[in-house]
Amino acid sequence: MARAIRLSIDGMHCAGCVSKVEAALTAVPGVTQATVNLAERSAMVEGDANVSVLIEAVRATGREAVEIKNAADETQKEAAEMAHYRRLLLQAAAAALVGLPMFTAGMLDALPDLDSATGQVIWLALGIITLGVMMFSGRQFYVGAFKGLIHHSATMDTLIAMGTGTAWLYSMVISIWPHAVPEVGRHVYFEAALIIIALINLGQALEMRARGKTSEAIKRLIGLQPKTARVLREGEEIDISIEAVGLDETVRVRPGEKIPVDGVLLEGHSHVDESMLTGEPMPVAKQKGDEVVGGTINTSGTFLYKATRIGADTVLAQIITMVRQAQSSKPRIGRLVDRVAGVFVPAVLIIAVLTFIAWFDFGPEPRISFALVTTMTVLIIACPCALGLATPMSIMVGVGKAAEYGILIRNGEALERAGRLTTIVLDKTGTLTLGKPQVTNVIACEGSEDEILRLAASLEAGSEHPLAAAVLTAATEKELQPAAAEKFAALTGRGISGAVEGKPLLLGNRKLMQERGIKLKADVETQLGRLAESARTPMLLASDEILLGIVAVADPVREDSHAAVARLHALGMKVVMLTGDNRHTAEAVAKELGVDGVIAEVMPQDKGSRIAELQAQGEVVGMVGDGINDAAALARADVGFAIGAGTDAAMESADVTLMRSSPTGVASAIEISRATMVNIRQNLFGAFVYNTLGIPVAAGILYPFIGLLLNPIIAGAAMAMSSVTVVSNANRLRLFKVGDSR
Amino acid sequence: MTILVNLLGLGLIGLIAWWFWLSESKAAKAAGQAPLTVLVDGGVYAPDRIEVPAGQPVKLTFVRKDSSPCAAQVVFADLDLSFDLVMDSPTEVQLPALKRGGYPFTCQMGMYRGVLEAG
Repeated sequence: MARAIRLSIDGMHCAGCVSKVEAALTAVPGVTQATVNLAERSAMVEGDANVSVLIEAVRATGREAVEIKNAADETQKEAAEMAHYRRLLLQAAAAALVGLPMFTAGMLDALPDLDSATGQVIWLALGIITLGVMMFSGRQFYVGAFKGLIHHSATMDTLIAMGTGTAWLYSMVISIWPHAVPEVGRHVYFEAALIIIALINLGQALEMRARGKTSEAIKRLIGLQPKTARVLREGEEIDISIEAVGLDETVRVRPGEKIPVDGVLLEGHSHVDESMLTGEPMPVAKQKGDEVVGGTINTSGTFLYKATRIGADTVLAQIITMVRQAQSSKPRIGRLVDRVAGVFVPAVLIIAVLTFIAWFDFGPEPRISFALVTTMTVLIIACPCALGLATPMSIMVGVGKAAEYGILIRNGEALERAGRLTTIVLDKTGTLTLGKPQVTNVIACEGSEDEILRLAASLEAGSEHPLAAAVLTAATEKELQPAAAEKFAALTGRGISGAVEGKPLLLGNRKLMQERGIKLKADVETQLGRLAESARTPMLLASDEILLGIVAVADPVREDSHAAVARLHALGMKVVMLTGDNRHTAEAVAKELGVDGVIAEVMPQDKGSRIAELQAQGEVVGMVGDGINDAAALARADVGFAIGAGTDAAMESADVTLMRSSPTGVASAIEISRATMVNIRQNLFGAFVYNTLGIPVAAGILYPFIGLLLNPIIAGAAMAMSSVTVVSNANRLRLFKVGDSR
Repeated sequence: MTILVNLLGLGLIGLIAWWFWLSESKAAKAAGQAPLTVLVDGGVYAPDRIEVPAGQPVKLTFVRKDSSPCAAQVVFADLDLSFDLVMDSPTEVQLPALKRGGYPFTCQMGMYRGVLEAG
């Protein structure tokens, strides 16, 4: 199969553009075929061509092109990282191979004396070898430091280059003019420079390894995308690369296969395992007209579907983009650290100079040696990397962890705020309840229950009210055949009227019955009271001033709503239910679930101001809703949770999207948020303590009291390990389990 | 000797503060429709100061030549945007129209630093 590159093309307006762009792309060496799709403003290029050359070719036609990226990029990225990892290890090994024997010989006093001419020659030769190894093993530090310097920027490279460079330069001066310093100060630090470089390279390699693990969640998501798709073209089924699937193409999926792109089922039926995206464990039944999502697994039947979203537009691609964006965003705490990191290195350089001056002015003899060693140690021990890594590594793991549970967190700030919530407001319909009313009771006063249901269904067949659907579904389930209704009329706010099989009928609430003079007996009143208490909406069916029966409808509470409320309580949250429903029904549901407060009879447009009222009372409010009716409230809340929706609109507006239709995700999101913030604080605390203690100790602050001076090699080891420690601590978050799976 | 070393040291401190904190590198201007290319190499963005017109969408092309993992991503923290940079491959970065002001862009750790100046 030829390599396929997809380009998104900007500035294409007509069929003429298509041929120009196609011609330009086909002319690129290595291109075997180029097809431009005007509707999608994209081009599919097959062959073996360089992307940048293709982009240039499109630009030459006066249009702009960007590659539509896919999983192949990730492979390229991984390959580059692996090559970098190997090079770091090789550089570490080379520096250690020369540095360690010199270090050991020094410890055994086996190195030549600088006073003899032979000794001086040997030292000079060792100095030149050291320089060669430093250039091989530490080239990136010196190049980075130089480039940084000319751009007015100081980084970790600056510190390493200055520390090891000073050590080498001083050692060379001593080797050439040994008498320039008193005899006691004639120490050579070639081995220190090499071992420091070896340790830092090794540390960076270990850090890379650990970093790779922090992005496992995104790799798992990318891994969900299949590489090929079986499409129907000119009556034949052919396997093509997923990038080559076009809009509206018919795709075949067989049992056990992954669904390649998003679409709508055309033919066949099956059950689809969507757990990888939503966390929903049960496979979902799919039939003609149902939507299927790319990356999910077809478990049973074979079906054909029409591709409706491809490339970067698929739900999976959007999830990957969103998780990636969130992983690299920063909470406020991280931005503060960034400011510190920005001034950190020049500050360390200044501290290093002050250290030199202090030792030179007040230190014991040989002052120059003490001044030099302490300055070098200060430069080497300071680790801006630990500070810089502290926040992003934890965010990366935390956001990825959330995605594993089907929780998409918009950015670092949302993650941070979710941990500080004190009150959770849950929308009732569709969040705590299924949002699909069902008939719960049929009570017959005259005739049979089936007859009551059949008559009610006959009358409701013409209605568009949500409750009508529930009545019709119940009748269908009981295989009752509704009759045609005549003289149908909707009586706003009260019910409906009509005639079925010549019989005049009324179906509605108590108010309608009162208006029409239909008296309700005491036992009926008792029944109505009981129904109201259990959050059921009664519809009374009457004919000729006689009550025939009652059909009660309710929106059932989700199975896991109880668990969700209990978990939120366990996290110390105040749980409030917000609904447009009447107070009676709302209170019945609230009582069943054990929530702490109910805000009922609220119009959708007023939901936002109710959230604001809670905020004014000092609460930090999280609002959970379906993302459509609750848009204002979701936006107003400190954290908006959109539930059960992979829809574009909900994902765009909410701070947190719960892919699974379950409110338990709210507690999980809060738990992950809290765990991530604890992890960030641990990392920052560690990095700050390391630097604030390490730098003064390296500068020799303890020397006047207990005679302690740090060896620069120890400083190098500490510096290398500090970054590894931060990344490893962030990796601990990968083991975190939310409450319901512990 | 001591006085000379002290004076040199203080001079060096002044130089460090001036060079890294007080003076700035020359800004490059992004003009017209053609996106400006930012090279990511050796731990820096070149150019690291970019002047862009306020109120217009911005297009930049990042070319990563630096294999360090720090260079793998460019983050525009104030805009809540980040972009993966693939080695040796130009990455087009599209930013929304910006209000007047400075918008820093950094690597994920905040070590590689640059700024977009919208004016």
